[in-house]
Amino acid sequence: MDLSLSEHYQALQAEIRDFARVHGDKSPKVGGGRKRPDQKTLDWQKRLLEHGYVGRTIPTEYGGAGKQPDIMEAAVIANEFARANIYAGLTNQGISMLVPTLLEVGTDEQKRNYIGPTIRGDIIWCQGYSEPGNGSDLANAQTKAELKDGNWIVNGQKIWTSSAHYADMMFLLCRTEPEKSKHEGLSYLLLSMKSPGLEARPLKTMTGRNEFNEVFFTDVKVPETQIVLGRGKGWHVANVTLKHERLMIGDAGKMTARLEQLIHLLGTATIDDVPLIRVAEFRDRLLRLQGEVIAWKAHNLRLLTEAAQGIDSGVKRMIVKYGGTMLGFRLSSLAVDALGAAGLPYETIGEDAEADDATTWNIDYMYDVGLMIGGGSNNIQKNIIGERGLDLPREPKAQTAAAIGGRG
Amino acid sequence: MEFGLSLEQRQFDDSLRAFLKDRLPMDRLRAIAETAVGFDDELWNGALELGLHGLIVPERFGGAGLGILDAVVAAEALGYAAAPLPFAGSLIMAPLAFMNSATEAQQNEWLPQIAGGEVRFAVAFAGLAGQTGSASARYENGRLTGRVAAVMDAGAASHVVVYLADGNAAVVDLEAAGVGKTLHRSLDRTRPTADLSFDNAPAELLDAANAPLDAARRVLDAGRVVLAADTLGAAQTMLDRAVAFAKERVQFGRIIGSFQGVKYPLADCVTALEPCRAMVWYAGHAQDGMPDEARLTACHAKAHVSDVGRDVARMTTETHGGMGFTDLLGLHFWFKRIGFNRQLLGGPERCREEAAQLQGWTLHA
Repeated sequence: MDLSLSEHYQALQAEIRDFARVHGDKSPKVGGGRKRPDQKTLDWQKRLLEHGYVGRTIPTEYGGAGKQPDIMEAAVIANEFARANIYAGLTNQGISMLVPTLLEVGTDEQKRNYIGPTIRGDIIWCQGYSEPGNGSDLANAQTKAELKDGNWIVNGQKIWTSSAHYADMMFLLCRTEPEKSKHEGLSYLLLSMKSPGLEARPLKTMTGRNEFNEVFFTDVKVPETQIVLGRGKGWHVANVTLKHERLMIGDAGKMTARLEQLIHLLGTATIDDVPLIRVAEFRDRLLRLQGEVIAWKAHNLRLLTEAAQGIDSGVKRMIVKYGGTMLGFRLSSLAVDALGAAGLPYETIGEDAEADDATTWNIDYMYDVGLMIGGGSNNIQKNIIGERGLDLPREPKAQTAAAIGGRG
Repeated sequence: MEFGLSLEQRQFDDSLRAFLKDRLPMDRLRAIAETAVGFDDELWNGALELGLHGLIVPERFGGAGLGILDAVVAAEALGYAAAPLPFAGSLIMAPLAFMNSATEAQQNEWLPQIAGGEVRFAVAFAGLAGQTGSASARYENGRLTGRVAAVMDAGAASHVVVYLADGNAAVVDLEAAGVGKTLHRSLDRTRPTADLSFDNAPAELLDAANAPLDAARRVLDAGRVVLAADTLGAAQTMLDRAVAFAKERVQFGRIIGSFQGVKYPLADCVTALEPCRAMVWYAGHAQDGMPDEARLTACHAKAHVSDVGRDVARMTTETHGGMGFTDLLGLHFWFKRIGFNRQLLGGPERCREEAAQLQGWTLHA
């Protein structure tokens, strides 16, 4: 057990603390997001790129800092930004999913065209994966693309497409080889959201905001060269993308930040002039959550160590999404309760919407439920934990739709 | 940075677990439980050979000079086996009491005897620990008077260290005149509690600490972390057994583990329990070298692992169906161990309240 940082990481830590001292006042507000970055955010992103705090491992010719991957460096950076309560840079699907995918399997031209603008925040991407008929069964995508006169002609529909209403580009999983098997019939295309025939219809969520979209394709033309890796390689590319999904190292930092905000909230919110932190029931709920956060932070350190050592953490990693989203919800639930009746006014539209604490907590409180559903719902997570983690038997195969309806 | 156990710690863990597996089959555990003393010569002597007695005793007094993290590793293994071995009190808190509160001469007299297994100490608190039950003791001119209820690890103890309200402690020979000991068979038949009374009993004062209350709390906190680790081990046994049962038992023509109604609670158990392991390691490490975090993590570890342990105990017993409720499987030994640990040295509510006081969140902080 050694929780000290070696000299190299201490130096990085000191460097970031300096950076935060000098530049911290220019940081956009932490949290929020889920909208197109404003100029302040873009300027901040540029500053982070110059210092190598984002795009750290991306080669210099594509606009990154060209450093070797080092999970401990990534953790130090994440911790220090959380500690200083300054914005740690854009996180979106273009940066976390498409960029590493292009680095691995993109053409030189694709890398040059897209990586730099994406990490600068100039190009915002959305992910064209889920369809109305297949949520978890990704390989069953039915949106078609046919090659005609040097263009892919795309027809079909995607759903749950985050940020499609303000994105510039989409990475799309579609069926180009209908005669081939489910997995071998897919291709991965990059297309402009301004393409004629493409329509993104906002899907208003329970938060009252347009966080998702339905995207309709009617004879949308995409130049032939906009394919990644080649025909029928879409499933492979999609898996490259998934493989590159960032380790959830940021989550403990996020939990700690939320707990700190919660402690502050319970210290300032009052009932009959008594701060809630002095009210036994509220205080005990806060303390329970503090205990849980300490446990998850330590668990995270354990996972980080194993990842740095190249150890597969198995069930210890499988529990992170389920456990983390549930704890996140309990944290925001206490905040909502501490805000109480005075926290019920709720406006999500307008310039000041995100500056209002009560609205922000309420959005988080509902968005946390969305997080339990998205990215592999928690019920799916429990299957994974039970079956792959504890080696319990799978649910017996359900009767197929054909077998149920098709016997006549 | 490296957050995890060292190779030596893992090897120590392996050898302790192998020893317990070999020496403590279920029929042996039942036989020891019948005696209700919470002590077994064979286990005690085997543990001595493995070095448990001198685990944290400094090398110059004949110990291995290891830390609370090592104690945490041992405690999880002991909890896993539901071992009737007085460990938290006799082998961790007692030597720690001498290391924190005694003079060099007193340490020189007592620590080698603890490391050598020649004396068996219980540790009691007159106040401070946050246990229910009466506790008060007064030291005067080499004599102790008072009573302390629900003392653990006293079943076969030869001596006791009694922490006083001012944070100093008194060492008393339990065979001495004026000492009374009433042993209670407890909920956990593998470990009794004892009520101790002192009527002008001869006592030796341990008052060498510069800040006696801080010293006393260090001993208490180490005990809490060790009990939390023991609970973790016990809960892990229950989960492992429930998973094994769910893979074998067939109902409605299916292995029950394939039912989501059975699978999901087990997924809940592992999701709650696995972070507890990192938590007790962290808290153990904090006792050894992070004084700023030592108290807070000890209070939280005791509270949180006790709560998770209770949930795991309940859900895994349910997984076993009617058999889980019987005496036949013996699962209840672990259920009760978790319940026993929960109440000693301050339950979750008390530990969280101390955590609140530490952070200035209470009116009387």
